[in-house]
Amino acid sequence: MWRRVFALTVKEFLALLKDKKSRLVVFIPPLVQLLVFGYAATFDLKNIPFAVYNEDSGSASRELLSRFRGSGNFTEVATLRNEGEISPVINRQKALLVIHIGPEFNRNLLKGRTSPVQVIVDGRNSNTAMLAMNYARTIVNEFNRTWSERSGKPGPPAHLVTRAWFNPNLESRWFIVPGIVGLLTLVVTTLVTALSVAREREQGTFDQLLVTPIRPVEIIMGKTLPGFFIGIAEATIIILATVFWFDIPLRGSVLTLYTGIILFILSAIGIGLMISSLAVTQQQGLLGAFLFLVPAIILSGFTTPIANMPPFLQDLTLLNPLRYFMVILRGVFLEGAPFHRLINQFWPMAVIGMVNLTIAGWLFRHRLY
Amino acid sequence: MNGKPGKSGPAESRRAGSRMRLTGLVRKEFIQILRDPSSIAIAFLMPVVLLFLFGYGVSLDAEHVPVGIVVANPDQDTSRFIGSFRQSRYFELVLLSTMPEAVEAMESGTIDAIIHLRQDFSKKLKTSGDAPMQVIVNGVDANTARILSGYIEGAWIRWLGHEAMAEGATLKIPVQMEHRVWFNSELRSRNYLVPGLIAIIMTLIGALLTAMVMAREWERGTMEALMVTPVARREIILGKLIPYFALGIGGMALSVLLAVFLFNVPLRGSVIVLFAASSLFLLTALGMGLLISILAKNQFVAGQAAIIVTFLPAFILSGFIFDINSMPAPIQVITHLIAARYFVAILQTIFLAGNVWSVIAWNALALVVMSTVFLGISRRKFRKRLE
Repeated sequence: MWRRVFALTVKEFLALLKDKKSRLVVFIPPLVQLLVFGYAATFDLKNIPFAVYNEDSGSASRELLSRFRGSGNFTEVATLRNEGEISPVINRQKALLVIHIGPEFNRNLLKGRTSPVQVIVDGRNSNTAMLAMNYARTIVNEFNRTWSERSGKPGPPAHLVTRAWFNPNLESRWFIVPGIVGLLTLVVTTLVTALSVAREREQGTFDQLLVTPIRPVEIIMGKTLPGFFIGIAEATIIILATVFWFDIPLRGSVLTLYTGIILFILSAIGIGLMISSLAVTQQQGLLGAFLFLVPAIILSGFTTPIANMPPFLQDLTLLNPLRYFMVILRGVFLEGAPFHRLINQFWPMAVIGMVNLTIAGWLFRHRLY
Repeated sequence: MNGKPGKSGPAESRRAGSRMRLTGLVRKEFIQILRDPSSIAIAFLMPVVLLFLFGYGVSLDAEHVPVGIVVANPDQDTSRFIGSFRQSRYFELVLLSTMPEAVEAMESGTIDAIIHLRQDFSKKLKTSGDAPMQVIVNGVDANTARILSGYIEGAWIRWLGHEAMAEGATLKIPVQMEHRVWFNSELRSRNYLVPGLIAIIMTLIGALLTAMVMAREWERGTMEALMVTPVARREIILGKLIPYFALGIGGMALSVLLAVFLFNVPLRGSVIVLFAASSLFLLTALGMGLLISILAKNQFVAGQAAIIVTFLPAFILSGFIFDINSMPAPIQVITHLIAARYFVAILQTIFLAGNVWSVIAWNALALVVMSTVFLGISRRKFRKRLE
C-alpha cells in the first residue's frame, strides 16, 4: 500500500512542479504578498490630512493646533479663510478632517468657560473617520489636562488610566500579520488540491487511475500528501518572516502552533479535494475553490471581528476552518496561549478535515463521467 | 493585418466580413456560456451570494462588546457609575468580583476589556478629586481595542457630566470637541463597505470570466483551429470581450440594486455616471483577465494568477478597508497599479457624496489608461502563432 501511495505522491509532485510557471505561482506570490500586505494591512492611521479654519488669533488656539501638527498622526494640508472653503476640501478628499476654531475660543478659555472646537470629518470611510476622531479627542484631552494644570483649576474628579494587554502600543500589524499566515496557507493549499482531481478528470487520466489496483483511500493519501508538504513548507516560511522580518512576538510554544497548522492544512486539503472531486473541468474546480476561499477569508475574523456579524452569520462561520486557525495564530503569537486553552479550536478543524476527506473519497467512486 | 480599412469596394466588403466574423465569434461565445453554466454562475450568482454574505458579514461596528467591571468596594458612587455605563449600547457589562477572575475571563476571551474601580475610588472621588479608574483592553485586535477605548472614554465623560450636574455645577472642561460627520452621520460601516465590496466583486467577476477562456482554447487546441481561419486577432479579442462585458454589466446592475434596496446604502450620485464608471472598470478588469489568460496558456496557472493578482490585492490594497494614506510610501506607489483602487474611490464617492467631479474625473482617467494598457498589451502579446 505505502509503495503505491508513495508513487502517487511523487507523480503529484511532478505534475505540480515540473512546469516552471506552476512552480512560480505556488511559491513566489505568497512571499511577495506577505511583504506587501504585511505593510499595507494596517488600521493605524498616519498622516491624516487635515485642514484648519481658525477664526481665533489667541495663543491657546495656536497651541492646540501645534499639538495636532506635532502628534505624528496628522498632516496639515490647507489653511482655510472662510466657512465656504470647508465643503470643497472635504468633498474632494483633500482633507479627511477640518478643525474649526471659533473667534471666541481664546476669550472663553481665559474666562474659564468651556470653548467648543468643531471637528468636521469625512465619513465616507466610517472606520477611518471614527479612528481619526479618537485621535483628535486624545489630543484635545491632553490639551485640557495641561491647561487645567497650568491655570491651577481643578480637573475632573476622576481620570482614566488605559492600558492595552498583549499589544501595548495597539499596533494593528500585530493583529494582521499572524492572520496573513493563515490566509496565504489556505489559498495555496486549497488551490493546489482543488485542481488536482479536476485536471485528471479533464484529461481523462482519472478513469485510468480508478481501474488500477489503487484504492480510493490511497488516492486520497496520494493527493493529500503533496498539498500537505507544500502547505507546511509555505506556513513555515511565512512564520519565519513574521517573526524575524516583522518582529511580531511569538509568545506561545511552537508545538502548539504546529498542531494548529497541521490540523488546519488537513481541513483545507479536505475541502480542496472535495471541490475537486465534484468538479468535472478545471474551470469548475477553480470556481469552486473561489466560492469557498473568498467567503472563508472574509468571514474568518481576519480583518473584521466575527463578533460584529449578525448571529446567523456567526453560526455559519463555525464551518470555516480559517476561523479557528485565526484564533490559534493570534492566541499563540500574541497571548502565548497554552495548548489546553486552544482545544476548542483544534477539534472542529479535525472534524471538518475528516468529514471532507471522507466525502471526497466516496465521490471518487460515485461520480464518474 | 486583417481589419485595416482600405479605400474602396473591397475594403467595405472586408469590413462587412469582419462584422460577420465578429458576430459569429460572439455568438459562439454566448452559446458556450449558456452550455457551461459556470460562467452565468460567476456573473449572477456570485455577486448575489458575495454581496449578501459580505454586506452582513463585514462590519467594523462594534456593539455590545463584553466588558468586565471589577468594583473592589461597591457603594452608591460606583453603582451610579455602572448605571451610566449600562446605558450605552456599545457595552455588555459583566460584573466580576475580583481581579484574578477578570484576568481569567480576559484570557479566555469572554470579555474584551476590564474596568477596575479600586478600594479607594469613592473616597478619592470626594476628597482629592483625583480618583483613578483603571481600564485594561485586550489589544490583540488593535482596531477594535482602539474603538472600544474610545467608547469607554465617551461613556466616562458622560458620567462626569452627570456627576457634575447632580452637584448643581457644569462640567469644567476647557475645550470640548464637537464633531460632525459628513456623508455618513451614523458612521455605519456598511455604507462604505458595500460600495467597496462591489468593486471587489466586479474585479473577481471580470478577471475570472476572461482569465480562463483563452487558456481553455489553448489547452483544448481550439485556438489552432481558430488560427487557420481568416479571423483577425482584434476580432478574437473583441469576440471574447463583448459577451463577458455584457455578463459583467448585468452582474454590476444586480449588485447596485442589492446595495440600494437590501442594504439601504444611499445612492447620491447619478446612475449614468455610475454606469459609465462601471463600464470603464469592467473593461480594465476584463483586460487584466485577458492578459493573464494570454500569458498563461494553461488553466491552472491562469486561475492561480487571477486569484493572486486580482482578489487579494483588491481586498487589501484598494483602500476598501485599509486606509491608503497610512501605508508606507513604497506600498502607496504599488496601490496605483491596482485598478480596484480607483473604482473604490469612485464608488464610495458616487454612493455617499454624489457627483464630485474632481474625484471621479481623475480616477476615471486612471481607469482609461489602465484599460488601454491592458488591452493594448493583450493584443500585442496575443499572436496567431504556434510555439
